[in-house]
Amino acid sequence: MNGFFRTVATTAIAAAALIGATTAHAEGERYVLVSHAPDSDSWWNTIKNALALAGEQMDVEVEYRNPPTGDLADMARIIEQAAASGPHGIITTLADPNVLSGPIRAAVDSGIDVIIMNSGTPEAAREVGALMYVGQPEYDAGFAAGQRAADDGVQSFLCVNHYISSPSSSERCQGFADGLGVELGSQMIDSGQDPAEIQNRVMAYLNANPGTDAVLTLGPTSADPTILALEQMGLAGDIYFGTFDLGGDIVQAIRDGIIQWGIDQQPFLQAYLPVVVMTNYHRYGVLPGNNINSGPGFVTADALDLVSELAGEYR
Amino acid sequence: MAETGQGAVAAPVKDERVKETSALRKALIRPELGAIVGTIAVFIFFILFAGDSGMFNAQGILNWSTVSAQFMIIAVGACMLMIAGEFDLSVGSMIGFAGMSIALIAVTLQWPVWIAILLTFALCVAIGALNGFIVVKTGLPSFIVTLAFLFILRGFTIFFPQLIERQTIIGGISDAAEGDWLAPMFGGKIAGPFFDWLASIGVIDVFERGTRAGQPIVDGIPMLIVWALVLVVVAHTILTRTQFGNWIFAAGGDAQAARYVGVPVNRVKILMFMFTAFCATVFATCQVIEFGSAGADRGLLKEFEAIIAVVIGGALLTGGYGSVVGAALGALIFGVVQQGLFFAGVESSLFRVFLGVILLFAVILNTYIRRIITGER
Repeated sequence: MNGFFRTVATTAIAAAALIGATTAHAEGERYVLVSHAPDSDSWWNTIKNALALAGEQMDVEVEYRNPPTGDLADMARIIEQAAASGPHGIITTLADPNVLSGPIRAAVDSGIDVIIMNSGTPEAAREVGALMYVGQPEYDAGFAAGQRAADDGVQSFLCVNHYISSPSSSERCQGFADGLGVELGSQMIDSGQDPAEIQNRVMAYLNANPGTDAVLTLGPTSADPTILALEQMGLAGDIYFGTFDLGGDIVQAIRDGIIQWGIDQQPFLQAYLPVVVMTNYHRYGVLPGNNINSGPGFVTADALDLVSELAGEYR
Repeated sequence: MAETGQGAVAAPVKDERVKETSALRKALIRPELGAIVGTIAVFIFFILFAGDSGMFNAQGILNWSTVSAQFMIIAVGACMLMIAGEFDLSVGSMIGFAGMSIALIAVTLQWPVWIAILLTFALCVAIGALNGFIVVKTGLPSFIVTLAFLFILRGFTIFFPQLIERQTIIGGISDAAEGDWLAPMFGGKIAGPFFDWLASIGVIDVFERGTRAGQPIVDGIPMLIVWALVLVVVAHTILTRTQFGNWIFAAGGDAQAARYVGVPVNRVKILMFMFTAFCATVFATCQVIEFGSAGADRGLLKEFEAIIAVVIGGALLTGGYGSVVGAALGALIFGVVQQGLFFAGVESSLFRVFLGVILLFAVILNTYIRRIITGER
């Protein structure tokens, strides 16, 4: 069995070297961020980078953990395990309160401070005993967008809802209508997911309601066909056009002046701010008195160069 | 190559046909030897590198034992099936499917949870039998047949909840399971008073605040762990102490030779497919009852985790050789490493690197041990 023990010893030394390289068990604060995203989800790379940056700037130890396949039951175990390792704080998403509220509640009750980021709502965060919620509340984002449009002289609008079964999509339209100060009714159309259908419905609505001032789309799925529809009708650049989320075609349309602004929920802040908030809370006992909205950040033609330069890294 | 040792050693008369082997050599050539050594090595490693990180306090132990028990439940099924010479790649999809089935019956149809659980068990074991029947009747490799079911079951798991509830996560099972007699068998905890006592003498911590302040952080052993241990003991007993156990080894070692000596190979294989499905359903039921919701993405890649645990435990991919205890230890190693790397503070994306390295070492070691046993060089 000598060969075997030699291999064991080699592994142990190799592993020890790896561990030694990755941890510097500092005396200072330690925070763990647990996400629900599988390894393959590149959107979360921004979160990882922002977390590392915050750890560096605040001089605290930060760790990023996620279930490799995105399995929420595995995520619950990771939260339990994070709690068992006794960090100063846990930053986590609340993707499914059914599965996650138990482990989060247990972590809070065992004396670990928790901040909810990204998925979830301020109410759900309060229910599990979290310090605060850092994310983009959909209604508030829509409301801010509506106010911005109102300032630009918009009085009526069309909301292209491609995901009408999801309550948060409708909240975006509702917020926009309230920010604009108009009643939400038939301006919100159920466009479906098919690009051709979306394009035709937008054209049909705008033909039937020629006095419409503005178009709001809820993401690349509805924005891209809407751009085509406006180009066909000769309205591109003429009608006021705002959208949620960013994507390749949207960025190009902003550059071409077809879209006035895109709403960015700014994932950077969702990872960065909780670390800053918790570190200051643990060091000096200060805590902001409310939840923090990481969005809406409005991306316009002016700021476009910075966005495309840092896309995938910090934006 | 069937393991003939344990079944026949009872002969009191010295028989010239039975080769004498020393006790030490017998101890050395057990299939689970590699897993035993590996388990010890893994524990020593983590005690050295993560001993003060909370990994070995009550909460930490519960954490990695629960994860290991999850692996153990599916590894036991996969191990028995692998010894019988077949694979099941549909285990992960079966977990998602079974969980969704319970959720749809209990929440959407509003039927009692115990009926949902029993119906789901019947359905899933029947699908396992179908898997086995197709493999046995067509003679196709089980790799292909169960790969087909991996996709079929996952597809249904996404399709049905979207069709019926327009979402892919179904919650509300906790409310439905309130007062149910069968649900605590899967999602409950036992030995609560013992942990209260441990907390009262200060061995384990108590919650500092909240509605459960003063209660112990660990308030019992989850039924998940109990199921894992029961399955291991039962499967080990069947495999090593019964005639049926010898049939399993024979069916996987050389099916044709086994048929010649009268082993009902087809029946054995189909039963093993059913047992694997049963284990996957146990896993799913524990998960659904504990977390109160079923998701269409539950159980992704679990089939490979089960196979990895079994192979670390010393079973041969070609069948006919292996041990349930080995598979259980393989699951323990897997669980301890997965959770322990985090306690030791390793970057999480390196977990797969470690997993691959451990798998490779385990297979090399097991091959070495097998050569000693069979005498091949």
